[in-house]
Amino acid sequence: MKLTGARIIIETLIEQDCETVFGYPGGFVINIYDELYKASDRIHHVISAHEQGAAHAADGYARASGKVGVVIATSGPGATNLVTGIANAFLDSVPLVAITGNVPLALLGRDSFQEVDIMGITMPITKHNYIVKDVNELASILRDAFRIAKSGRPGPVLVDIPKDIQLATCEYKPGKPVEKTLDVLTEQINIDKIVELIEASNKPYIYSGGGVVISNAGDELKQFAERIDAPVGFSMMGLSAMDGSLPNNLGLTGMHGRYASIKANSETDLLIAIGVRFSDRATGNKLKYSPNAKIIHIDIDPAEIDKNINTYFGVIGDVKYILNKLLEKVKPKKHPEWKEEINRYIADEQANYPQNYGMHPKNIIERVNNLIDDKTVIATDVGQHQMWVAQYFKLKGRRTFLTSGGLGTMGYGMGAAIGGCFGSGNQRTVLFTGDGSFGMNLAELATAVSNNLPLVIIIMNNGVLGMVRQWQTIFFDERYSSTTLDRKTDFVLLAKAFGANGMRVVGEGELSLALETAFSIKTPFVIDCVIDCDERVLPMIPPGGSVENIIIN
Amino acid sequence: MDFSTKKEQFILSVLVANHFGVLTRISGLFSRRGYNIDSLNVGETENPETSRMTIIVTGDEYIKSQIVKQLGKLQEVMKVEMLPKEETVLREHLLIKINVSRETRSEITEAVNVFRGKIVDFNSDSVTVEINGEPSKLNAFIEFTKSYGIIEMCRSGALAMKRGANSL
Ligand SMILES: Cc1ncc(C[n+]2csc(CCOP(=O)(O)OP(=O)(O)O)c2C)c(N)n1
Ligand SMILES: [Mg+2]
Repeated sequence: MKLTGARIIIETLIEQDCETVFGYPGGFVINIYDELYKASDRIHHVISAHEQGAAHAADGYARASGKVGVVIATSGPGATNLVTGIANAFLDSVPLVAITGNVPLALLGRDSFQEVDIMGITMPITKHNYIVKDVNELASILRDAFRIAKSGRPGPVLVDIPKDIQLATCEYKPGKPVEKTLDVLTEQINIDKIVELIEASNKPYIYSGGGVVISNAGDELKQFAERIDAPVGFSMMGLSAMDGSLPNNLGLTGMHGRYASIKANSETDLLIAIGVRFSDRATGNKLKYSPNAKIIHIDIDPAEIDKNINTYFGVIGDVKYILNKLLEKVKPKKHPEWKEEINRYIADEQANYPQNYGMHPKNIIERVNNLIDDKTVIATDVGQHQMWVAQYFKLKGRRTFLTSGGLGTMGYGMGAAIGGCFGSGNQRTVLFTGDGSFGMNLAELATAVSNNLPLVIIIMNNGVLGMVRQWQTIFFDERYSSTTLDRKTDFVLLAKAFGANGMRVVGEGELSLALETAFSIKTPFVIDCVIDCDERVLPMIPPGGSVENIIIN
Repeated sequence: MDFSTKKEQFILSVLVANHFGVLTRISGLFSRRGYNIDSLNVGETENPETSRMTIIVTGDEYIKSQIVKQLGKLQEVMKVEMLPKEETVLREHLLIKINVSRETRSEITEAVNVFRGKIVDFNSDSVTVEINGEPSKLNAFIEFTKSYGIIEMCRSGALAMKRGANSL
């Protein structure tokens, strides 16, 4: 079958099991869009308001579904608008294929209209990238892109396709969805050594991250933790791996972690780190990190072992595979004293919980928490509201938490939530955002409305860039430089202008009504929650500090 | 693992796909992660689909282990090996143009012979010398010529290969 490059792109996407793609058309992808039009019964395209939104949507789609997210953009500004989204996916190891158009081969390198070297620009923020210079290689490059995106530690791959490659024709043979390359280095897995250390430990602590979510190893994690009677703490990326209400789930650890989780993390004698990368936000001062512990690090990426933290030893491989190997050998243990110690930390944590009044973020979060089921997708933006959700929301299901961990991208939330709706098969999705973050990509409300998405948007409106303000309060003598927004934006009117609905909430009674309304409809609904601008995220370990420097109230 | 923080120079041999952009990818990785390249050399191998890079880097053990692992993650890198100095043939090429006068010409010629170099061009005011060898030998020759005045010079960066019958 001789097909054009543009058609081959669409056929390859369909062949690779892509049902939904996100993007935005333009001159150098117009042929691809023409083929999307003709194939609209086989592949669904969602147009965003801005390419950044499309990239975040593809990212949210991938996180929620476990599949590869796909985003398409035109050359030049279309391509550069993807950059933040690609970097976000790179830092959080999200499988993404970004397809960009470019000027014809003959015009490359001449500063032609809407020409940018997107391959050069995205080299440091992709797992790999390509510019296609021969139509005969197009299908195989796209298949490679999918393979690379999902294999090993997942990540984004960009394929730049000049216009004449889209027009040229060649023979196309349909293929099958590519398999992940399996790179478990069995000879390096020293299961017995881990079993021995577990046997000798009195205070084991499991530190679990995004790798557990990616490899769908939540069940194995739960079993393993129960078997060895260890509490589990999480990095931001790992939070949805285990039911938040389980007693041994201590929740978030690190800079804004929960007190008991931080304390257990610091007092443990055996730290079993699974699918994490010991980011500085999670460890603080590395010299004082888990000072009494032997650290075992299990991860699929060999470069992560000993990169940020010196480990006792590392095990390289897929975490689900390794956890299953461990479950074959590890014997049940009981640690009543350690448990008692942890219960004391939990009691201390609870004693320091903020006064739970009506419009306190914790109360808002818990009210929403009571309304969800295990399919509900929770997305966040970046700032204090994100940390409160990470601390207080008890997630119920797997792949239900979409948040920007590594890049901390304000504006991620709207796109991610839209992608989450599509990736979860149109499940109820709740976005917690801030007044600042929402301002960055609120135009995506249009996308949510056009697609009738069951999206509840909760703006934790403190009128400030709260997270930066908190630092200014603590470290800059309350000099609130450019963080007091106090904008006159009416978010309810704004929602209506976009064709959605909304309510402003200043008290508990209104909160009940707004939530009831929002959850009774299946279309976008904005709840503008007015909260106190001086509410802080606590505990906090100042950057570079350790548990000794923890600020509790 | 605990790493020694002592800095030393090490030799990396890297087999890569012969694609455009590979050099950018690798040098980008080094600069982004803050690894210092002392020298880098790249050329096609007997197989036109692969190139071989010889990279010399100074760093501590942590950097050494990270470089090998991070390079290994690049799709176009096929093989990375750290070459042990004692078992490695290391060669570099130097072209150097030196000021000469009637009085200094014979001294320089003599030195070139001692260093087993070759005079490849000369005129009444200058002489151009080519020398091959271990980087330390080249350094010694450059040191020697300084007093005469170096007009310009260029070094190739080292090529390295392990001794014995095995290949990378
Ligand atoms: C794109 C981007 N710009 C700037 C920042 C720095 N930053 C981190 S949190 C924050 C404030 C976020 O404000 P808001 O969304 O209102 O959330 P709040 O902290 O008030 O809950 C800022 C400016 C960022 N993370 N991302
Ligand atoms: Mg705010």
